[in-house]
Amino acid sequence: MRPALLALHVATALALPPLLLGVVNRTKALFAGRRGAPLLQPWLDLWRLWRKGTVFSPTTTWIFRAAPVVAVATALCAALFVPLAGQTPPLSFAGDLVFVAYLFALGRFFTIAAALDTGSAFEGMGGAREATFSALAEPALFLGLLVLVRRSGSLSLAAMLGPGLAASWTAAGASLLAVLVSLVVVLLAESSRIPFDDPNTHLELTMIHEVMVLDHSGPTLGMALYGAAVKMFVLGALVVRLALPFSLGGPWADWAVFLAGLLALAVLVGVVESVMARLRLTQVPNLLVAACLLSFFGLLLLARTP
Amino acid sequence: MTLPLLLVALPLALAAVAFAVSSERVRPWLVPAGGAAHLALTLAVLAAPARPAPGAWLQLDGVGRLVLALVSVLFFLCALYTPGYLAQRPGHSNRTFCACLLAFLSMASLIVASHHLGLMWVALEASTLTSAPLLYFNRNPRSLEATWKYLLLGSVGIALALLGTFFLAYAALKVGLAPSLLFEDLVRDAPRLSPPWLHAAFVVLFVGYGTKMGLAPMHTWKPDAYGEAPGLVGTLLAGVATNCAFLAIVRFFQICSAAGEADFARPLLVAMGLASMIVAGIFMVRQRDYKRMLAYSSVEHMGILVLGLGLGGAAVFGAMLHLVNNGLAKGALFLSAGNIHRAFGSKSTDEVSGALRVVPASATLFLLGFLAATGSPPFGPFVSELTILVAALEAGRWGVAAAFLLVLLVVFVGMGATVLAVVQGTPPARRAAGAEAARPLGGEGWQTVVPVAAFIVLVTLMGTWIPGPVRDLVIEAARLVEMRP
Amino acid sequence: MNALVDPILVLIMLLNFFVLATSRVRAVITASAAQGLLLGALPVLVQPHPGVVPVLMALGTMAVKAAVIPWMLLRALREAAIRREVEPLVGYIPSLFLCALGTALALLFARTLPLAAAHSASLIIPGAFATVLTGFLVLTTRRKALTQVAGYLILENGIFIMGLLLVEAMPLLVEIGVLLDLLVGIFVMGIIINHINREFSSLDTSHLSSLRE
Repeated sequence: MRPALLALHVATALALPPLLLGVVNRTKALFAGRRGAPLLQPWLDLWRLWRKGTVFSPTTTWIFRAAPVVAVATALCAALFVPLAGQTPPLSFAGDLVFVAYLFALGRFFTIAAALDTGSAFEGMGGAREATFSALAEPALFLGLLVLVRRSGSLSLAAMLGPGLAASWTAAGASLLAVLVSLVVVLLAESSRIPFDDPNTHLELTMIHEVMVLDHSGPTLGMALYGAAVKMFVLGALVVRLALPFSLGGPWADWAVFLAGLLALAVLVGVVESVMARLRLTQVPNLLVAACLLSFFGLLLLARTP
Repeated sequence: MTLPLLLVALPLALAAVAFAVSSERVRPWLVPAGGAAHLALTLAVLAAPARPAPGAWLQLDGVGRLVLALVSVLFFLCALYTPGYLAQRPGHSNRTFCACLLAFLSMASLIVASHHLGLMWVALEASTLTSAPLLYFNRNPRSLEATWKYLLLGSVGIALALLGTFFLAYAALKVGLAPSLLFEDLVRDAPRLSPPWLHAAFVVLFVGYGTKMGLAPMHTWKPDAYGEAPGLVGTLLAGVATNCAFLAIVRFFQICSAAGEADFARPLLVAMGLASMIVAGIFMVRQRDYKRMLAYSSVEHMGILVLGLGLGGAAVFGAMLHLVNNGLAKGALFLSAGNIHRAFGSKSTDEVSGALRVVPASATLFLLGFLAATGSPPFGPFVSELTILVAALEAGRWGVAAAFLLVLLVVFVGMGATVLAVVQGTPPARRAAGAEAARPLGGEGWQTVVPVAAFIVLVTLMGTWIPGPVRDLVIEAARLVEMRP
Repeated sequence: MNALVDPILVLIMLLNFFVLATSRVRAVITASAAQGLLLGALPVLVQPHPGVVPVLMALGTMAVKAAVIPWMLLRALREAAIRREVEPLVGYIPSLFLCALGTALALLFARTLPLAAAHSASLIIPGAFATVLTGFLVLTTRRKALTQVAGYLILENGIFIMGLLLVEAMPLLVEIGVLLDLLVGIFVMGIIINHINREFSSLDTSHLSSLRE
């Protein structure tokens, strides 16, 4: 059964991310009273981009070409460490949580560097915003994970989000709730969704992620988009596992719960995007700092419980 | 039991009557009537020997009797001043003003008489609320600002006091005692109370009631409130409200003493007292607004009270004596300053000078009041401040004594410069009628001078020959404060 | 001690953060009302066998803190022609950090105060301290009269939490005291707010700055 589960893990990590985007878009469409694009539309878009040619600006260097590859590679690599559905992930070692966090950072570094590499002021602005906001989102993520570390006494994602998590909820529910809310905020920020960024517009005032990948075309653009989707999937998987830590007994039932949770999360993101306006750029740091403090608060509460 | 109850109920009933009476001319006379009745009742209370009444929520022990006597005398003299003052302010409806004055007296009596700390807290809150409309009597933007600050800071202080009261009750609950807020119960059980909670309670209560009292750094409402309030209200706030808050602090200090924790409270009291004196001294130098100057003088004297309480021993006697002296001196100062303010229509020394020629009686009394408040002989505050100083020296607190003297000197010079600028010189040429701020509201009449003179006579009496019954009252109060047998 | 008490206190503390982070006056008022609603439930929950009186008191608390006062404040907000933004003296992020620092200190300080056995390992004391501190922050760093009143309301909420420790021993004092204080205090403040509004056509207390040294 183990190889089958591992195959499922890998297949899910590869196939599901664009589908999640499809669900988000469909939710938004339903809210707006439209029928919306098919759920597979993001995959179709990727397929379309893959068949196109690529144009590289002569001012760019190898960094620009490497960035989308690195983004996809790091995101997929990180996906291998996350215990989807609470099952043992394909890869795991003590301290892998730091490794995963730095995989994200590496991907982000290359994306920002590529944006700067184009020499366009416009993309540089996007890179600056991304760097600023991720500098605030990262502490929130780390502090949140620290709560899980303290609860589980382990530095590996597999153990932190493993079977022991359900017991933590009864012992330190308040802390975990704070972390959960904080991680949802981080998820929205890291995957450039409303209220941080509007993935649908290309207005220079609003964009963060979209503006950085503006000069990519064809397959490299496809890879950049796919990498972003995988990143959202990985963070989403963390959130869902944290929110639904219980086990129904069998691995297949847990997988069903997990997939349903992911679906619900995607719908939630869609609802948030439909009912909320994007924050004014100056207020974005406020929300991220609030998320940091929320995680910190969770940690504080934990200090009291034995 | 009945007398304390009457002290509270009678002014309250008169307040209701004042609210119901429709004549603007009759109503002001209800205030002196209430004051006189209250004074008569107070004398009846003082004539009878103090009998402890265990379990009673309302009773007057030695400390309460002393403060009650001061409150009653102060209010009576202010009440005599009221009709004359209101006659000079036609066009302002005095319905709320008179009713609130009497209600304020009722609440002050309740604070003094209550031996239940919860009840005392309610009364302090109520006294804050009844005094807010008094502050806003002038109905202009500046008095509105002053009222808002007074209300907000006062409410916060009182909210903190409630928190401290909860702490105190929990100190009893923690060690398994049935929590009671009756003063006698707390004093009896004090040695068993949980010390950490008792400490926390004292700190929070001290800050809370200290805000009400106007100790630095929670004094910021005071200059605004005293500066904008009518002089009459200033007297009641500086002489009655602050002393009532001090009484509340004394009550909790008594509990701390009974618990053997006085050494925890003393340094706090000394530090806060000195800080208030120093802050007040700094702000009084070159103060051009003579009513705000009086407010800082009040901050200074509250600091002296707390300092005396903190030093212990003979200084407590000094503090109790100073409570009375300061109240009387403040009465003279605020009321005469009010007269000068009305005569000139300004409270800045830029526009006020030569008061001796415009309102000679009030200006003379203002000058005498200044001498009294700064502790010059032969007035009462000289005796009480000297007592505190000697006590500090005898206890070997040289630093405290030096700071105390230095601040008194600074205050004398700073306050003197302002007062002399107001009193001496030639009156400024009367402004054109168009200048609203500089239009005089009225001069002085016998109704607004005699009460001030009475204050000066009393404060001189306290400095030259303290009447025997008053001395006994002060000695008894000082004994009770320190919980000496 | 009911298992629901601690989660409710956590929610109240989270609302503290929210109050300091939000930029809308309306949100500040509704958040303090939400705190009042949560607080109302607590006196019933901390008692093992609540009688009729505690339940009535809980309803009273909820009515005053979550309905009457917020309604008054919201009405004042509607009628006053003011900007609906908080306009803080200290920015949102610094005030959030101050709040977090205060909460951390409250959690630490609460350890130094010994608790009766029935109350140990509960968040009541840190919750009370953190909420009182938040009330102070709102009072001192927000300029509008309405937000200052909301700050006072939050301060009172903190004191009410502290009162929970005593609610079994002396219910009357706690409930009546706090409610009386709050209702009358806010009532008088409401009148003054009315006057401020008429006098300055604004509820910004920075207009109230002619009195200073």
